[in-house]
Amino acid sequence: MSLPMSLPMLTARQAHARRVRKRSTTIAIVSTSMVVLLIYLLVPLAPGWPAVKKSFFNAEIFIKSFPTLLEAFLLDVMIFLWCAPLIAILGLVIALCRDARSPALYPLRLFGAIYTDVLRGVPVILIVYLIGFGVPGLGLSRPWNSPYIWGSLALILTYSAYVAEIFRSGIESIHSSQRAAAASLGLSPSDTMRFVVLPQAIRRVVPANMNMFIALQKDVALLSFIGPVEILRQAGVYKSLYANFTPYVVAAVIFLIITIPATRLADHLMSKQRQERS
Amino acid sequence: MSLKSSISIVSSVASVCLSLLLSSNVALAAGECAAGKTMKDGVLTIATGNPSYFPWVIDNKPADGKGFEAAVAYEVATRMGFDKDKVEWTTASFDESIQPGEKNFDFNLQQFSITEEREKVVDFSAPYYSAAMAVLVRKPTQEKGAKAELDSLKGLLWGADASTTAVPMLKKLIDPSEKPLLYNDNNDVVAAMKANQIDAALFDLPTAMYLGAVVLDDGVVLGQFPADRSENPDQFGLLMSEGSPLKKCIDEALEAMKADGKLASIEADWLQQTTGVPVIK
Repeated sequence: MSLPMSLPMLTARQAHARRVRKRSTTIAIVSTSMVVLLIYLLVPLAPGWPAVKKSFFNAEIFIKSFPTLLEAFLLDVMIFLWCAPLIAILGLVIALCRDARSPALYPLRLFGAIYTDVLRGVPVILIVYLIGFGVPGLGLSRPWNSPYIWGSLALILTYSAYVAEIFRSGIESIHSSQRAAAASLGLSPSDTMRFVVLPQAIRRVVPANMNMFIALQKDVALLSFIGPVEILRQAGVYKSLYANFTPYVVAAVIFLIITIPATRLADHLMSKQRQERS
Repeated sequence: MSLKSSISIVSSVASVCLSLLLSSNVALAAGECAAGKTMKDGVLTIATGNPSYFPWVIDNKPADGKGFEAAVAYEVATRMGFDKDKVEWTTASFDESIQPGEKNFDFNLQQFSITEEREKVVDFSAPYYSAAMAVLVRKPTQEKGAKAELDSLKGLLWGADASTTAVPMLKKLIDPSEKPLLYNDNNDVVAAMKANQIDAALFDLPTAMYLGAVVLDDGVVLGQFPADRSENPDQFGLLMSEGSPLKKCIDEALEAMKADGKLASIEADWLQQTTGVPVIK
C-alpha cells in the first residue's frame, strides 16, 4: 500500500497549529450555539412578545405574502440592472468634467461642481417626485411619460453625483508623479487620463462604488412613491389588507438575501485590494 | 284666585319644571356618557386629513364647522355634551390612522370606509354616509372612447391610493387588464393623472366631482358604482382606537341624529345633488 500523492507530511508545528485551529473552531461553535439558544429561550419570555410576534412575525402571513413579494422584487432588480450601468457611466463623465484642467473647459468644471452639489444636497425622494411627476406633467405623450423612465432618471442623476465624487477622489489619489512620468513619455493629457490615471483610479475605488450600488439596491424602492408596484408598495398593500406588519419583514428578508452577498463581495474585494497593496 | 286656576297654575309650573328637569337629565346623561372617556378631560379631540378637501371640509378649516364631515363632527360632539369651544382639531394621515396602536385623537373622520380587516385593529362607529364610488378620467381619455361600461373600463390604465378600498374594488369589480399603479395618497393619484401616467382612478363620488371640477381642469366623472351596490359597498364611519370607550356614546349620538333627520339634513346641506352621473353597467 502506498500513501496517496496528495497527502503532504505535516511538520510538528503545522500539526500543532491545526490542532489549535480545530479547538478554536469547536469553542466558537459551542459559544455561538449557546447564545442562539439563550435568545431562542429568553426572548419569548419578554412581556410584549406575543403581541410583537403576532404583529411582525406572523408565520401564516409570511407564507401567504412571500410569493407575490418575491415577484414584486423582480421589478426592483430590473430597475437596478438598468440604472446601475448608466450611473457608472454618467458618474465617470461628471468626474472627468470636474477634473478638466484646461481653462477653455472651465464651464465643464463649473457644471460638474454645480451638478454634484445640487444633486447630493437634495433628498432623493424630492428629486424622484420632481422629475417623476413634474417632467411628465409638462405634456409628454405615452409611453415617454412613464414613471419608470423618469423615476429611473431621477435615481440615475442622484446616484451619479455620489459616484462622480467617488471617482474624483480616486483620480485625485493617483500620485502626480504618474502624470509627470506619462508626460515625460510624451502622452497627451487625454491619453494620460485614458491609459494611466483612469485604470488605476477606477480599480482603486471599486469598493467604495460597491457601497453606493448596495445603497442603490434599496433606494430603488423609492420609485414606489410615483406609481410602480414594486416590493415596498406591495408590502404596504398587504399590510393594509392583513392589518399586520409581517409583509414588511418579508420584504426586509428578501432585500437581505440580495444585499448580504453583495456586501460580502465588497468586503472580499477590499481585502483582496489590501493584500495586493501590501 | 279660584281653586281651579291655582291648581292649573301649579300644574303648569310643575310640568314646566319637570320637562326642564327631564331635558337637563337628557343633556346631563349625554355629557355623562362621554365624561372622563376622552383623551383630554373635558375636551373632545377630533382628527381629520391634512389637507382636508371640499366638500368634506371647506377651505381646509375644520374648526369653522363648514363641510359635511366638519358639520357631522360638531353635531356628534354637541350630542355628547361638548360645545364648539370644547372641541379641538388635529390632523392624522389616513395611513397612520388605520394602523394598530394608540391614537392621538378621540375620533378621526376622513372618509374611512368600514372594512372587516380594519375592524380588527381599530374601532368604527355606526356608518354616517354611504358612498358611491365614481370613476374619474380626463377629457382626452373620454374622447378616445372610454365609456361607463365595465368592458371599456377594463382596458384603461388605472391608479389608486394604495391603502384605500379602491384597490380591492379595482381588483374585484373592474379587474383591469394592465396592473394598476399605486400611490401614497390621493394627491399623488391626481398628480399622476395630470402627468397623463394613468387614465382613470376611483374615488368616492363627492371627492371625484371636486377633483374633476377644481383640481383637474379637464376632469370628467365617467360613471359611478352606486352607494347601495351589493359588492364592496363603502360606508364611512368615525375611526377610534381599538376598544375605545367612546364608541357607545358616539353610536348613540349618531343613532339619534339619524332618527330625528339631522344627519340627512347635514347631508343635503353640504353634499350636492349627484344625479346625472351614469351608473356603470
